[in-house]
Amino acid sequence: MTIIQFIILGAAMFAVGLFGVLTRRNAVLVLASVEVMLAAVNINLVAFDTYLADPAHTGQVFALFVIALAAAEVGIGIAIVLMIFRNRHSADVDELDLMKY
Amino acid sequence: MVATALAFAGFVQEHAEEVHAGDGGTLAEYAWLIPLVPMVMAFVILFFGKFSPWKGWAMAAGTLGFVAVYGTALTVENLREGIVTQSAINVGDIGVFSLEWGVIVDGLSILMFFLVGVVGFLVFVYAKGYMKGDARHTWFFASFTLFVGGMLVLVSAPNFIQLILGWELVGVASYLLIGHYWEDLDNVDAANKAFMTNKVADAALFLGAVIMAVSAGSFNFAEIFTAMADGQTTLATLGFWAGLLLFIGAMGKSAQFPLHVWLPDAMAGPTPVSALMHAATMVTAGVYLIARLFPFYQVPEFAGDLNTIIVIIGAITLFFMGLLAIVQDDIKRVLAYSTVSQLGYMMAAMGVGAYTAGLFHLFTHAFFKGLLFLGAGSIIHAVHSNNMSDMGGLRKYMPVTFWTFMIGTAALVGIFPFAGFWSKDEIIASAYFNASDGEAAAWFMVVLSISGAVITAFYMARAVNLTFFGTYLGEGQPHESPAIMTWPMIALAVGAATTGLLNIPGLTQVFTDWVTTRAFPITEHHFEAVNFGLLAIITPAVLIGLGIGWLLYGSQRELHHTVTDDEGHRSVEVERPSYSVPVLTPVLEHGYYIDDLYMNGVVRPIMGPIADAVVWTDDTVIDAVPHLTAALTSEVGGVVVWTDDKAVDGFYHAAVGSVAAVGRFLRQFFPGQVQQYVALSFAGVVAIAALFIIF
Amino acid sequence: MSIGDWLTEAANWVFLILALVTFISAVMVVLSQNVVRAVLYLVLTLGGSAALFLLLGAEFVGWTVVLVYIGAVIILFLIGIMITKAPLTSTADLSQPISAKVPAALLSVLLFTVVAWAVYQSFGFDALIPFPDEATTTADLGLSIFTNWIIPFETVSFVLLAALVGGISLARRDPTVVEERR
Repeated sequence: MTIIQFIILGAAMFAVGLFGVLTRRNAVLVLASVEVMLAAVNINLVAFDTYLADPAHTGQVFALFVIALAAAEVGIGIAIVLMIFRNRHSADVDELDLMKY
Repeated sequence: MVATALAFAGFVQEHAEEVHAGDGGTLAEYAWLIPLVPMVMAFVILFFGKFSPWKGWAMAAGTLGFVAVYGTALTVENLREGIVTQSAINVGDIGVFSLEWGVIVDGLSILMFFLVGVVGFLVFVYAKGYMKGDARHTWFFASFTLFVGGMLVLVSAPNFIQLILGWELVGVASYLLIGHYWEDLDNVDAANKAFMTNKVADAALFLGAVIMAVSAGSFNFAEIFTAMADGQTTLATLGFWAGLLLFIGAMGKSAQFPLHVWLPDAMAGPTPVSALMHAATMVTAGVYLIARLFPFYQVPEFAGDLNTIIVIIGAITLFFMGLLAIVQDDIKRVLAYSTVSQLGYMMAAMGVGAYTAGLFHLFTHAFFKGLLFLGAGSIIHAVHSNNMSDMGGLRKYMPVTFWTFMIGTAALVGIFPFAGFWSKDEIIASAYFNASDGEAAAWFMVVLSISGAVITAFYMARAVNLTFFGTYLGEGQPHESPAIMTWPMIALAVGAATTGLLNIPGLTQVFTDWVTTRAFPITEHHFEAVNFGLLAIITPAVLIGLGIGWLLYGSQRELHHTVTDDEGHRSVEVERPSYSVPVLTPVLEHGYYIDDLYMNGVVRPIMGPIADAVVWTDDTVIDAVPHLTAALTSEVGGVVVWTDDKAVDGFYHAAVGSVAAVGRFLRQFFPGQVQQYVALSFAGVVAIAALFIIF
Repeated sequence: MSIGDWLTEAANWVFLILALVTFISAVMVVLSQNVVRAVLYLVLTLGGSAALFLLLGAEFVGWTVVLVYIGAVIILFLIGIMITKAPLTSTADLSQPISAKVPAALLSVLLFTVVAWAVYQSFGFDALIPFPDEATTTADLGLSIFTNWIIPFETVSFVLLAALVGGISLARRDPTVVEERR
């Protein structure tokens, strides 16, 4: 296995996730797209870990951290979506434009 | 010129041994206190006087007492042993000239110390009574003490600079004191007149001093005289002009014709001021100057025709000013013209080379004229008027004043054995002595001085009669002045009576020895005996003058009219004798129109056209530069403002506008939607990454 | 290495299948019109990535992904969907209109191109992964975490704590609002 195949996969998934973040209207699905991006990153990290044969397994450790943080982030994100939904009775991100000048 | 210089040198050699003197010891060593104490005390009185019980009088009188005692001590020492010394401290340099502050202690300066101190002290005591209740009591005594200080600075000055300093100080004090009652504008005018007239003379004084000092190489008198003795040719060449200018300066202070105009008006000041300053001391400063420079003026070739000029002016003053005293109604003005006339005597004496006689007359005049003024003050105080037409018959009400005034009159007129007799006669005798050598000016002087003596007798007789005899024409009931005023008058009367005996020709030489104790010897003729020939002419002449005066103005000439008014009340109107000579009286009453001449010829042109011209020049020519500059600056300012508005502000407006425009443009990309923001940030990331990769 | 050589290795075939599954699931996550299906596709994506981890010998990481991600995170997503009353049937408006999709697609493609290009320049097709003889032991990982990476570990703990507390406090019903409703 070459390293490049993993990286290309990771890059492709990252791009896909980005597309999802930018196009999805539902806040929950935006978060899901973020998850896709994070998964791509994880794949990259672990692939490099194996490629470099790191005795300390830095890549994998890092991937674990990413997972943990992703979980935390999703938790908070869902809570926020909940609050937004309570206020506006809608989870449509298009309506979250109060920061507009 | 060299000859004259050598002549003086010869003088010095011949008479060098005649001056026997010591250096005065400790007494003379501390003589610098004499001018210093009054100068300092003047300011002490000014600042602290109002807190003291007598409002500054005690400090002033104490100061004068100090001067009197010190002066007397020096006099005694001088008479015993003679003092000739001077000391000075250097306070700076101007080029090759050194500025010194010091004190001369010799016969001449001791004379002045004594006079200022003794007469001044008596006047100050009198002034306590006279100035009682005055609103500016403290200021008066402060100024008076300042005057005393200035006068002492003047007479103790070893160099021209200090002398001029003292000269100006007494001028300032005179101005302050003449204008003491400044609520009345006339008094202010009088003060200004005195100051201005003196200032004209002071210009000449200054010029003369500078010429003499520069040609001799020093401002110091002793050094100037030494330069003369060494035969300084520049001095010899310029000596006439220096001497003339200095004499003009002396004319101003000593009120010689035609600079006499200020003295009668100066009577606007309080009477103690008139007594001390304008009779005894300040006006004698001019005579003092000539006396101080006598080594210069006595050398006939050196001073050339100067002495003739001095004699002529002195004689003119003497006679014509005396005439003016005849027509005055104000008693102080009578005495003022009398003073001017007597100053003419002193000045003429100096002119004929009678150093001792002139100074002797100065000395005696201080006593009897001071006395007469104090008496006049006493009368004015009682009658509340200066005019003799409000007086009359006062000898009944004011006996002390009357008798002392009579003694003063006798001294002034020159009745044996009172002081004036001796001093005046000595002057006339000296003049005659010179005249018999063939000097025309001296003859002129002799004739005028004898005539002057007659006139003096006449106007004094008139004054005495109108004041003390006849019927009292004033308001209320006059009474004698308090003791504090009468005792000084009595003391001065004693002086007026006895001082003449100090210098009887042939018998006593006290005064001569006194005043000739100087560093440079004075050569003059000393009379071995009284000139009885002259005496035979003068004494009857004087008596005739007195007699005519009594005849014309005595109380027997009073006309009493009984007047009945409408209601049937009878009252007595008293008409006093008055005479009017067709042309003469108006001329005399207008003071020979000299005041009018000055007013219209000098003052009005300056105040009018000349002042206007100066103002015009200042406004148009001199102020043109600032005005132009201002206009220019204003224009430049306008341009700057325009630039600021358009260019600088325009730049800022453009900058702000462009930023705003950019902001407005960029704002479109931030609609508030999260996804757009994310898209933009990732676009940025991609761009950066691409850049990194490519480069 | 050429494609032929690459295809002869069995591992690569496994990789290829897993990669395709993962990638296509990811694509469906972002393109699906049904919310629930999108989340389920996410499950598949994550599962695929777990399998890839296993392929690379990172067993612990793989199973952690399954446990944490699929076990908890997806549940959260589902709860979120339910609570926000997302349309449970297929709807057409879950994504932005085309006008937004095109620039996003462009951007994604651009990003992918840049990265791919950079990677290709760096590694080329010849950088081989040394296939591990054994899978990574948990012990090794644990050792690494607790020696080298102890501080990040603690920090992540704090983050989790904060997320926990924050999530609860955020999601709590506002007492004042409750009052009004009564």
